[in-house]
Formats: sequence, structure tokens, C-alpha cells
Amino acid sequence: MTLSSRVAIFALSAIVAGCATSVDEGEIAAKATAALKGSFRPSGQAGLDRLDQDETQRVCSAVAGKVPPKEIAAKIEQTNLATVRYPADGKLLGDWKNGEKIAQEGRGMQFSDSPGGPVGANCYACHQLSPTELSFGTIGPSLYRYGKQRGNGVDVQRYTFAKIYNSEAFTACSNMPRFGHKGILSEQQIKDLTALLLDSASPVNQ
Amino acid sequence: MMVLRAALALAAMAIAPALFAQGSTADEIAKYRAALRDGNPAELWEVRGEALWKQKRGPKQVTLGGCDLGLGAGVVKGAYAQLPRYFADADRVMDLETRLVWCMVQLQGYTEADAKKNPFGSGNEKKSDLEALTAYITSEARGAPMKVALSHPKEVEAYRIGEKLFFFRGGTHDFACATCHGEDGKRIRLQDLPNLMTAEGAQKAYTSWPAYRVSQGELRTFEWRLYDCFRQQRFPELVFGSDAAIALTMYLARNANGAPYDGPAIKR
Repeated sequence: MTLSSRVAIFALSAIVAGCATSVDEGEIAAKATAALKGSFRPSGQAGLDRLDQDETQRVCSAVAGKVPPKEIAAKIEQTNLATVRYPADGKLLGDWKNGEKIAQEGRGMQFSDSPGGPVGANCYACHQLSPTELSFGTIGPSLYRYGKQRGNGVDVQRYTFAKIYNSEAFTACSNMPRFGHKGILSEQQIKDLTALLLDSASPVNQ
Repeated sequence: MMVLRAALALAAMAIAPALFAQGSTADEIAKYRAALRDGNPAELWEVRGEALWKQKRGPKQVTLGGCDLGLGAGVVKGAYAQLPRYFADADRVMDLETRLVWCMVQLQGYTEADAKKNPFGSGNEKKSDLEALTAYITSEARGAPMKVALSHPKEVEAYRIGEKLFFFRGGTHDFACATCHGEDGKRIRLQDLPNLMTAEGAQKAYTSWPAYRVSQGELRTFEWRLYDCFRQQRFPELVFGSDAAIALTMYLARNANGAPYDGPAIKR
């Protein structure tokens, strides 16, 4: 993120906090942040730095579950899109079989998880994907037949890779984690998930 | 007698999953809960907690009979349905668990570290006195309407901080409480998620804690519920009795106002 875009988002965040509310509201926000900082202890791989918000987190917290105003949403999307690192080898599709394992894996990054252990995306927690997996959540849309509906062209591949890499690049304040940007998944894991969604042999597209 | 009923319920649980073959999973889980309700193993914690409440304990060898949970010294009946609240003696808003620690320190002479060193139990190896006491006090509020006041300025402040924290996105995954608990009719995998921003959702969720968790063989308190939500949010470890824990409890308890308190419950 460039310095100028960071400053721009910060200013917008101040506007969001300022228009909807009074000075008192800012005071409560400051007290909430202080309460938070004093209420956690570092544990395992989860340090207190996880409570330090970036601009996107700050703005999306301030809108309190609502959709941010258009110009603010556009700014969030623009700055997040700029973070996406596409594979240097130009190949966006990995192995859908590995992708399915990553989509099933719920462990990773919790203070209770072993630091060297598996880190998954747990896609099924929120999305329907392969029709044979009945235990899927509904926080996100169904992705069954994702590739069948969209085709498998380079543009779709790039969009899909980028969406997994940084969901906020396309939907400001999305509920979906920014798997690449926040270092949750490796580039190869994101390629494998892209294949799970787009490969014509993937169960998602049957 | 109560212990026997609970033991029978535990035995029934071992065979119950075999009965799940038909109907939607959510329906079957609802039936399962209803079937177990009459013999909720939470009673084991309630009985132990009642004994702990009445027993002379700690360096000062006194009971908790003089503990004021908000309705006067020693008044247990219905107290939980009006917590958290501001306590002038501590000059702080407290939830039940924090207040119990306060009483153990002030009345029984425990050090604060000793009183809260074991907030969550783990089966037979590690029993938690706080968990048992919480089960007893909450069971004495069953049926009482939730009536959490925002009359003291510090109660209002705790509520508003709790609301802010509910929307606080952080950690590696950008999760806030609202990520999972801000919309109706959503679920994680097959687990239904209450929308805690609505009165109905907050009422249904808040009034059913503490709960005996069948999958864990353990009674879980509301402090534990928050602790484990934050673990899954990829946050660091929530400190027991911390300001954030109490503020969030205040926000959710107050949103549940009007509904009859219905715990300790039993959950999957």
C-alpha cells in the first residue's frame, strides 16, 4: 500500500466516524480499543499485534456491519487490489485435489494450533463447493458449479486467484479473509484452490 | 437422585447418535436436546457448586453466604438474570464470574490469582470451582426474565464498549463477532449461528449459557464461550474477567432483556 493511499483511507475512516456520530462516540471507540488491548494475552502463535488494525479493518469496524459509502468502498477495493501478487510463472491453476484438502482444512493460525502444523482455508465453513460435501456453511454464496457458470478463461482465472488472495479488492468489508495478503495461504495453495473452482475435472464443476 | 438422573443421561448419550439416521440434521439435534433436557448433566456442576457456595472455605474459613450478587448479601435467586451490573464496592461493572472472584477474595481471603487460576475445567482431571459455582448461581435464575439495567453511567459505558468490540475486525482473518453473528439464518458447516444483533437472536443464545457441551463432556460458561470464539477468530487469548469480556457480556446480556433465562442448558 502506498503512503498516499494509506493517508486517504485514514482520512475516510475519520469521516465515517465523524458523520454518523458525536465526539462522544470517538471517546467510546478509544475506550473500546484500550479495553481490548488490556484484555488479551499473547498465546502460542497469536501475539498482541493481531489486535493492531490496518486501515481496511479500521474502516470496516467503524461502519458496524453496514456497507461503507460508495467512495470509501472504492478506495478500500483499490488499495487492496494493489496488494495482489500474481504468480511469477504466470500459471494460476494448481491441483484441484490439493485444493479440496485445503478447502476442508479448518486448522491454522489459532493460538491452539501448532505453529508448524497445517493451515487451511476452511472454505466449507462458509461455502458450498463439491456437491458430495453436505457439511457446508452459508455465510458466503454457494460456489457449486463456479467454473461451469463462468468458464475457464485467463480473466476468470486471474479474478478468482485475486479474490482468494485479497477478497477486499472486489467487495469492501467482505466477511471473507484475505488469504494471500495476510499470509494465511501460500501462492501454491491459492493456485490449488483456484483449480478447485475452475478445473473442469474438479467435483465443483460436475 | 439428581446425580443418578444425570448419570443415566450420560449413558443415553453414548447410544443417541445411532438414532440420527433420519430427518434433517438440525431437526434431529433439536430432538436430541429435548430428549436430554430432563437429565442434563449440568446438574452435576450445579450440585457441586451449591456445596461450594455453602462450605466454609479459604484462608478465612467462611462461606459465600455474605456475597452480594447485586440483589443483597447472600441473595442467589434470580441474581444472574440481572448481571452484569455496576458494583459500588468494587467501582466496576462485573459479570457473575468476576463477582464470584471478588467475593472469594474479599470474604474468603483467597488471593485474586488463586481465585481465578482455574476458570475452565477439563473433565475429571481438572475440575473448576468457578464453573461449578457459576452453574449453581445460574440454575437459581432459571425462569427469571432477563433484566439487565443500564442505569449507572459505567453500565452504559460497558454496553457501548461491548457494542464497539462486537464489530472490531482484527487478526489474520479480519474476523469480528459480527462476521458470524450479524445476519439471520446463517450457519458454519452445519452449525446454526444466532444473529446477536437482533433481540430474538441474543435472547435465544444468551439465555442458554452456561451449557453442558456433550461433545466436550464439560459444562461451559459464558466467559468460556467468548474465550473460544476469540480463539477461532485467531485473536490472542482473552483474559478471564477482563474489561473486554465484561463489556461484550454486558452488550449481549442487555440485548437479551425480556426473555426468561433458561440455563444451564445442554448443547451438542
